Amino acid sequence: MSAVKAETPRVRTLELEVPNWAGHRAGQHLDVRLTAEDGYQAERSYSIASAPGEGVAITVERLGDGEVSPYLVDEAREGDRVEVRGPIGGYFVWDGDDLQPVLLVGGGSGVVPLAAMARQRAQVGSTAPMKLLVSSRTIEDVIYRDELDALAGNGFGFEVVHTLTRSQPPGWTGYSRRIDPGLLADVAWPAPESPRVYVCGSTRFVDAAADGLLQLGYDARWIRTERFGATG
Amino acid sequence: MIVSRGFRGRRRDGPPDRVPPGQYLTDDFPVLSAGPTPHTPLDEWTFTIHGVDEPKGWTWEELQALPRETVTVDIHCVTRWSKLDTVWEGVSVDRLLEEVEHDAAYALAFCDGGYTTNLPVEDLTGGKAWVAYSYGGEPLDPEHGGPARLLVPHLYFWKSAKWVRGLTLRDEDEPGFWETNGYHLRGDPWLEQRYWGD
Ligand SMILES: Cc1cc2nc3c(=O)[nH]c(=O)nc-3n(C[C@H](O)[C@H](O)[C@H](O)COP(=O)(O)OP(=O)(O)OC[C@H]3O[C@@H](n4cnc5c(N)ncnc54)[C@H](O)[C@@H]3O)c2cc1C
Repeated sequence: MSAVKAETPRVRTLELEVPNWAGHRAGQHLDVRLTAEDGYQAERSYSIASAPGEGVAITVERLGDGEVSPYLVDEAREGDRVEVRGPIGGYFVWDGDDLQPVLLVGGGSGVVPLAAMARQRAQVGSTAPMKLLVSSRTIEDVIYRDELDALAGNGFGFEVVHTLTRSQPPGWTGYSRRIDPGLLADVAWPAPESPRVYVCGSTRFVDAAADGLLQLGYDARWIRTERFGATG
Repeated sequence: MIVSRGFRGRRRDGPPDRVPPGQYLTDDFPVLSAGPTPHTPLDEWTFTIHGVDEPKGWTWEELQALPRETVTVDIHCVTRWSKLDTVWEGVSVDRLLEEVEHDAAYALAFCDGGYTTNLPVEDLTGGKAWVAYSYGGEPLDPEHGGPARLLVPHLYFWKSAKWVRGLTLRDEDEPGFWETNGYHLRGDPWLEQRYWGD
């Protein structure tokens, strides 16, 4: 582990120095294996947060009574060693080599692989129009907020839309509710553009977003999903 | 072995003869799917066996009329959760294959949503696989693969294809959806056949 960075009170990014890393694609994940002194092991999957060519980073959200995430968020520090395996997955990926509009919808830590795609877009200088819709509980819980706003701020066809589901700061101008078909209708590319869609988060979040997009006339085949489990 | 400084773990690992290596127990029923959850009306639903001289199909009612088996099995997802003693009802794949003439070695299960998964016929026969339509005594939820999913509990759970609509019997193994996207061709949890190269 070469660096750790707090993203929010419950979320931390861990940079990993992986010898012989074969390179990865935006959206892929890796498996982290922890080993206790007596040989007991636990292994979990984490999306790769960094763009291809940027080194390897993961961003982990602490689940209160979880086994692995509290260790990674609270305990692990620079110089610690963990085993990783990857990159894994060849479907929930975006390479940035075509101009099809892209809609990214992330709930909580579900934004991690989507941010890798946004970074990839900037890295390769893609001009594919890309919108990222992020749902977080509060403004403090928004992961990568400054970085994403900066990417959006340079005005090259990348846009970030936030919704805060639990509480909003004074003067908040973004959305203030869970993702629903109305909100999606506001934000999503019109169906005739047949966008590529990546939805990531807890199972409930992913189902709500994907079902909402189907109601807008999206074709199920455009929508790729990654479900993190009970997170969030 | 690399010891992770300060890691103790919670050790919910359960009976070692029932929890395969690298898995942990959960009481939830997490979901793994690549796209939105399809919702096919039962009156449009069929289950078909292709890849034989005379393909055979069943409507929802015809499937329900076949002998129903109740099985209690442990299931193991490649995303590392395992769940013990899950109760399912459905029709055994042996029973379905009885109605076609075939000597195929492999099958490709196909599903609503375009998902496919490949299995050796050996893994589908001998009382090891079902087309399941009920879970825990209730109709199977769409998010868990309803109206019906394949149930092949001795392999990682992605082989238990959700929203299954039939089998194509084949002489050769053809990788399905996850198998084309980095996951193992067979997926035996006891051998930790998770990914390509395992
Ligand atoms: C492909 C993939 C990519 C992933 N990428 C990421 C990622 O980028 N970042 C990330 O943070 N996670 C990611 N996850 C989730 C991650 O793999 C772990 O599941 C997560 O970190 C929890 O592990 P744990 O050991 O802390 O919790 P576990 O010990 O596995 O506990 C999880 C169990 O505890 C329950 N639980 C514990 N705390 C809570 C809580 N606060 N709310 C609800 N239920 C709770 C759950 O019901 C569940 O049964 C990804 C998962 C997959 C499959």
